[in-house]
Formats: sequence, C-alpha cells, structure tokens
Amino acid sequence: MRRLLFKNFVRGPLTEAAPAPDDAAIAELASRVNQAARRRLGRTLAIREVDAGSCNGCELEIHALGNVLYDLERFGLRFVASPRHADVLLVTGPVTHNMREALERTYQATPDPKWVVAVGACARDGGVFAGSAACVVGGVSAVVPVDLHIPGCPPSPLELLKGLLALLEGVSVT
Amino acid sequence: MNWSRSIVDREAWQAAAARLHAGELCLLGLWGEPGFVHMAVMQSASNECSVLSLACEGNRYPSVGRLHPPALRLERAARDLYGLEPEGLADTRPWLRHSGVYPFLPAEGESLHQIPVGPVHAGIIEPGHFRFTASGETVVRLEARLGYAHKGVEALMAGASLERAAQLAARVSGDSTVAFSLAYARAVEAALALEAAPRAVWLRALMAELERLANHLGDIGAVCNDAALSIMHAQCGQLREQVLRAAQACFGHRLMMDCVIPGGVLRDLPADGERLLSALVALVRKEFPDLVEVYDNTASLKDRTVDTGILSPALARQFAAGGYVGRASGRNFDARRAPGYAPYDRLPFEVPVVQAGDVNARVWIRIREVEQSLALIQAMLPQLPAGPIHVALAAQSVTGAREGVALVEGFRGDILAWVRIGAGGRVERCHLRDPSWFQWPLLEAAIEGNIVADFPLCNKSFNCSYSGHDL
Repeated sequence: MRRLLFKNFVRGPLTEAAPAPDDAAIAELASRVNQAARRRLGRTLAIREVDAGSCNGCELEIHALGNVLYDLERFGLRFVASPRHADVLLVTGPVTHNMREALERTYQATPDPKWVVAVGACARDGGVFAGSAACVVGGVSAVVPVDLHIPGCPPSPLELLKGLLALLEGVSVT
Repeated sequence: MNWSRSIVDREAWQAAAARLHAGELCLLGLWGEPGFVHMAVMQSASNECSVLSLACEGNRYPSVGRLHPPALRLERAARDLYGLEPEGLADTRPWLRHSGVYPFLPAEGESLHQIPVGPVHAGIIEPGHFRFTASGETVVRLEARLGYAHKGVEALMAGASLERAAQLAARVSGDSTVAFSLAYARAVEAALALEAAPRAVWLRALMAELERLANHLGDIGAVCNDAALSIMHAQCGQLREQVLRAAQACFGHRLMMDCVIPGGVLRDLPADGERLLSALVALVRKEFPDLVEVYDNTASLKDRTVDTGILSPALARQFAAGGYVGRASGRNFDARRAPGYAPYDRLPFEVPVVQAGDVNARVWIRIREVEQSLALIQAMLPQLPAGPIHVALAAQSVTGAREGVALVEGFRGDILAWVRIGAGGRVERCHLRDPSWFQWPLLEAAIEGNIVADFPLCNKSFNCSYSGHDL
C-alpha cells in the first residue's frame, strides 16, 4: 500500500484537461433554461442516473466519468443517491414498459427546478429497440420532458462530459 | 464441435429432466417459440452438448423446473413470451411480463422486517428489485424481481435480417457486447455451414480478451470500493480506461460494439495496432501487481471479503454456474477450453479454480483471469494470420430452415446462442442466453445469513447482468 501511495504521489495527477462544452447541446439548451433557475443553482448540479432499460453500455461510460482521467466532480457535477437530492435526471435506455412507472415516479420525486438529460441513441427514439412491443414509442421524451439529448451508442465519456458541461453553462450563465 | 440435435417426445423430454435432476446433465438453456419448447443440455462428464425440441400440444409441456430448479425462471419467461404452459411448474408467477402486484415468497417468523430496494437504485446500475427479509441486520431471505430491462429483443429478432439481428445481439448486454456478438456470429456461421475468415477468428479472440480484461479490472476495483477502499477503485478504473482507449484505437469503438459480425469482423487492426496492444499489456503488467499486493495485504478489506457471501460448490454445480461465480466454487468449466473453439485450441492458458466460494474467491479468480488474458493477448499478437477479415455469407440463397448453435465464454460466463435462419436469409428465431440466468438465483442463496450491509459486496462480486437476463 505504501509503495502504491508513494508512486502516485510522485507521478502526479492523471486527470486530463476539460473538453469544450458541446455547441449543439448549448443550442438545444438555450431555449430551455430560464434565468431564475440559473441564478438559484450556481455552478453545481446534482445528478440522479435512471436506467430505463438500457443494455448497460451507457452505464459503463457514465461510470467512467468518475474515473481519475475524467474526474467529473471537479466541475461541480456529482451523482446523488436519491432523486430528492437531484437537479438533473440522466436517463438511459428506450424506456421499457416495465420501467415506465418507475421513471415517472422518479421524475415526480425530483424537486423543481429540474432537468432531464436523455443519454444514448435508444433514449432519443428507441434506437435499435424502436418498434418493440415491450418499449414505449418515442424514447424518454414520450414519458418525461427532455431538456438535452446526448447522442451515441453509447456516448463516450468525453461526449457525455461535453453535454453535461453545456448543461452547466446553460444553467449557470446569468 | 458438433452439437447433437433431436426432436423428442414427452417421455424423452421427461427423461432428460430426470437426468438434469440427477446431475448427469447441465442445463445450458431453455426457450420457447410458438408451439415448440427447446432445451440445450451438456453432459456433465464429457461436455458433449445437445439441443432437444418438443412440440407442445395445446401449448403445454412437462415442466423441467419441477425437477430441476435452474429451469424455473427460464420456463416462467417462456410462458410470458410464448404462452407455453409448463405442466407441474411450482412457481406460476409472471417473470418478464409485469402486471399488477407481484406476490413475493413469504418469510415468516418473529421480528422479521422487509427492505424493498429498486428498481431505481442508489448507484449507477441497472434496474431490478430486491426484496430483503431481515432479522435485525441478518438477511433471512433475498428475492430478486427482474424483467425491468425487458426490451423484447427476441421478438425484434424474429424476421430480422442477419445484420439487424447482429446489432440487437450486440446490445443484449453492453458489457459483454463482444461475447454476445461472437456467440451470435458463431451460431449463424454454424447454421450456414461456413467458417469465419482465419484472421478474423484471431481478431475476435483479441477483442474478447480485451473485453474480459476491461470488465475484470473495473469490477475488482468496484468490489474494493464497496468495502470503502477507494484507492483500488481509482487505480483499477484508470487501468480499465486504458484498455478501453486501446480498444478504441484498434477497433474503432471503446466497447468494441458491432465489431464482430457473422463471417468475420468489421475492421482490421490499424498499422500500429500490435504495438498499441503490446504497450497496453506491458502497462497493466507493470501496474497491476502493486494493486494485487494492496488487495492481498489490506486487513480491513480482507475482513469484508473473506467468508462473505459463500456459494456452495453443490449449488454452483447444480445451476451449472458459469464464469468466475462457478470457478470460485469449484466448478472447473470454461467454454473456451471445453467444448472449446478456435483459436483457443491453439493457445496455452490456465483456467483458475478455487473451492472457497466467497467474495474473496471470486475476486481472486478475476485477478488470475486478468493475468491469463494478458498472457493470451501477448501470445496472440505475433501469430495473427494474414488475409481477409470477412467472408461473404450468401445468406440470401438459403432455401430451407437452417439451425446453428454456439457456446462462447464471455467475461461473466458461458453465453449460449441458438439461431434458425429461414428462406431468404432472415432470422426466424434467435435465442441468446446470458450466464446471469443461472447466477441470479445463486446470489439469493449466497447472501443468506450475511448482513444487509454486505449485499453490495456480494452483488458486485457476482455482477450479474440485468439487461442480458431480461432480454
């Protein structure tokens, strides 16, 4: 253990420089986020992740945001354990019928002001699962209002980070 | 390897169920389609595999789960999806089809309380519901309710083109996308009686070992994180990220999704691919031993993992538990070795097996498998055959129905793929069975008598797939 600690002390941080926020995401958000909400939140957002039936590919990459190379928390973005502590719901998956009620109830449990970010191709419109009798028609926005889509199958951590930074810019610029 | 194939009558079906019960056969899968039920089994002694089919008169068939509990949830799922009624099935609650109130199994006694968890969990994980019945801190019974991630994959596959079905197979369980794509591709190739391009066979194995490496590294760190040793999580997460970046550079996708296709692979290694992978192996070899040393010598961590969540070898054997779950409980099985498939028949590797069956044993199996995967990648790189990476399928010229089946070792365990291709080269029916089908019930057994606070550790040490199970 001591050797490991010493090695890491000497080699310095592995965390990489932040990417620029995604332009497309900024444009999508511009019309969504109102000034009053921006002032209330400052520069920090609490995120609650909801898997609405994804293949778990998106979860792997969302997890990777927390590793030392991307270090999400340095931006004031952090994952919380309850929707009642959250500003943002990060929703993945095509929304299966079996997850629909859970997603709705999670949304209702999240205090205002709140935003929903739909992550991945199937969260947008069902993706490869579009047309399945076991999923809702139209992805996450058919169940709860969506403020931002981050495309990709799954989006890479860098793409996720760009989208989330755009959200942070969007809600904190006054 | 040749699979034997037979259409059986009710007597032969019941005889197979009795042999499963007696432990002479292992259950590899059980699935339905309108009017038929199918079962894949393996001889426990010789690893010979076969597929049995039974016509269901009046949509009924003799239940296998009645004698052999590992078939229970598979039969409940086939009942939900195809309306096939297993005669004598003890548990008639729906499984993948959710409607109304789900009656959990009763647990009665003095001062018991229930803890409902999920389907939306506190962490970034997949949806599922766990119902704990606890006496104080001790878990008396855990019952999982799954199916929240049920996307109707099998129904979408029916009638799909081979390419479209390949995309769906790649998204059955994202963490095993290479293994599922490989299982599907091998089943399709078996059905069409063709061999994948030789170079592709080796590139597929490279991808499969990278996937195993990435998942094992991530999960070893995550188990330690659940015991509050976050430095292991940070260090293992960093190594996992390097594996994914190498995969991106070599195959164009961090998880290598859609890279394995029937007939071969989608893209070849870039010019510097071998150098990148050699560098990756060298990096992990340099960094990983220090992490193993921390795991092995941190008493507070070992205090949590040793003797926690013990899975008995008898249960692992009965459920034919694949992967590290089985191998940590004495089940010496790895589909890469037996029944086996190329190129592993030409590569030396060890299959670690221990008997203890606790969280610690599962972590150690994964540590050993990291080392084996590194050695396999290193051994493969200098002997990659030259040549094309894909052969044409000519699936359009298929006339009658053709069947193929494959068993592939994913990081989590053996994945079964069975496909029937019809006229015009379209998928008539495809079944993909995730190892988690036989591991989820074992988690319920392993947690019994442990404290509630150790559930995350036990759960992570199994790391079953929700999506792969729910289909």
